[in-house]
Amino acid sequence: MTTATALRDTATLTGRVLRHWRRRPVSIALGLMFPVLMVLMFGYLFGGAMAVPDGRYLDFLIPGMLAMTMLFGLEALVVSITADTAKGVTDRVRAMPVTTGAVLASRSAADLLNAVVGLGVMVATGLLVGWTAQRGVLPALAALGLLVWLRFAFTWIGTYLGLLLKTPESAVAVQVLVWPVGFLSSAFVSPATMPDWLGLVATWNPLSATATAIRELFGNPAWHDGGWAARHSVALALLWPAVLTAVFLPLAVRQYRALGR
Amino acid sequence: MAYGDTAIEAVDVRKRYRGKVALDGFDLTVEAGTVCGLLGPNGAGKTTAVRILTTLLRPDGGRVRVAGRDVLADPRAVRYRIGLVGQDTSVDEVLSGRQNLVLFGKLCHLPTAAARRRADELLERFELTGAADRSVAGYSGGMRRRLDLATSLILSPPVLFLDEPTTGLDPRTRIDVWACVKSLVGDGTTVLLTTQYLEEADQLADRIAVIDAGRVVAEGTPDELKAKVGPDRVETVTRKPTLDEVFLHLTGHRPTTEPS
Ligand SMILES: Nc1ncnc2c1ncn2[C@@H]1O[C@H](COP(=O)(O)OP(=O)(O)OP(=O)(O)O)[C@@H](O)[C@H]1O
Ligand SMILES: [Mg+2]
Repeated sequence: MTTATALRDTATLTGRVLRHWRRRPVSIALGLMFPVLMVLMFGYLFGGAMAVPDGRYLDFLIPGMLAMTMLFGLEALVVSITADTAKGVTDRVRAMPVTTGAVLASRSAADLLNAVVGLGVMVATGLLVGWTAQRGVLPALAALGLLVWLRFAFTWIGTYLGLLLKTPESAVAVQVLVWPVGFLSSAFVSPATMPDWLGLVATWNPLSATATAIRELFGNPAWHDGGWAARHSVALALLWPAVLTAVFLPLAVRQYRALGR
Repeated sequence: MAYGDTAIEAVDVRKRYRGKVALDGFDLTVEAGTVCGLLGPNGAGKTTAVRILTTLLRPDGGRVRVAGRDVLADPRAVRYRIGLVGQDTSVDEVLSGRQNLVLFGKLCHLPTAAARRRADELLERFELTGAADRSVAGYSGGMRRRLDLATSLILSPPVLFLDEPTTGLDPRTRIDVWACVKSLVGDGTTVLLTTQYLEEADQLADRIAVIDAGRVVAEGTPDELKAKVGPDRVETVTRKPTLDEVFLHLTGHRPTTEPS
């Protein structure tokens, strides 16, 4: 087993997921449009009621939605992995000389490509509604890097859950759970406006770390309480995904191997 | 693999699922170039045995060798030498038939051009050329089964496992699958097929192993078995094929090709 073979297998399996998109353009388009609709809904429908201390609500919302978009991808990944198991494709691949690493890495790689496209659509939407990055190109690129880094961690949570849940029906649970995780963060409102205990959860939510960090890097209104987590948001946005990956990547590998038990 | 070699060897294989015994001292030997029919009722352990022999499941105990390799010690080598058609079809439903064959050809480490050539050959051989570029989601049950078989034959594996290859197929498509198995055996492939129908085992197998409650309870050539097995058992397993024969008589023996 050479590294070159493993890389080719990873590319082959990643290409498979991309071909799926080409054959299902409508569901892909809907997936990309969903966060755009949320921006319009929150920005224009609720936005009037949201008073951000140092700026427009839309400029606060866009970075939050960029972070949310990273979370939304999770569900599609889980459904896709459970569908493979249910349709016997997982077993077909397991009966072929393909390593665990290639199978799992291809899932992560394909999902990251999906995330990059999703980010592109969201950034374009943001620019259209008048949002801009205030601090220049390099901090903006760093912010996008932090978002992809967060998604990288999420791909391992998704892969683990997909292998654990096994059926597409149970994957619906993830769809439901994504919402409280997303809203219990600083994506839409400042945790300072929440009841104490909720605010505490929201402050330490990995999504909040990334949202707050990229607001800083984009130079967008931050609307935070100035607490420790907010002041160290960039460090937290680097650390949280590392911790999540360190936990869920080995769990995903273990769960894949457990298919043989 | 030379004739007379052992292609499949399972010795005292045991498997429990959370305390429930699925295989309870399963023994089986299949000579290279022969067809073995693993015959048994629902829940007998056929699929469990096939999954262990094809590296998909680790047994709790016992020794397993396939195509001259130890399944537990060297699963990767075994995977290059086997084909598996599972009980339920296992092809990518979103992709087309051709995309499936090229994908799995590449995963068997054929160079891309060779994988494409092989896909064309197999599409032709399994009469799927007309439907080659359509999504598998629109294939009939028989077409899926043929694609499944084609996918398992990409590397021309010396040992082929078929888990209830004709369950759920109409009798005419069943005849197609039988013809395919017979032609493979003509090329020297060793085949292990599981079935619930004595008729099917009788048609295809050189030797039959009857499995019940996780162990082989009788083994021999079809004729030996008919003599050895009690008449009540033969009675229950032969009833279904008799109905098939009536159906075949009414619909004609000619294998069908589906619209593409
Ligand atoms: N994943 C599993 N978890 C728990 N029990 C299982 C599992 N798979 C099979 N079993 C049990 O193990 C026994 C053997 O099952 P197996 O699927 O091997 O039988 P089979 O002969 O293939 O049956 P069928 O003809 O219905 O396909 C059965 O009692 C079954 O209920
Ligand atoms: Mg079975």
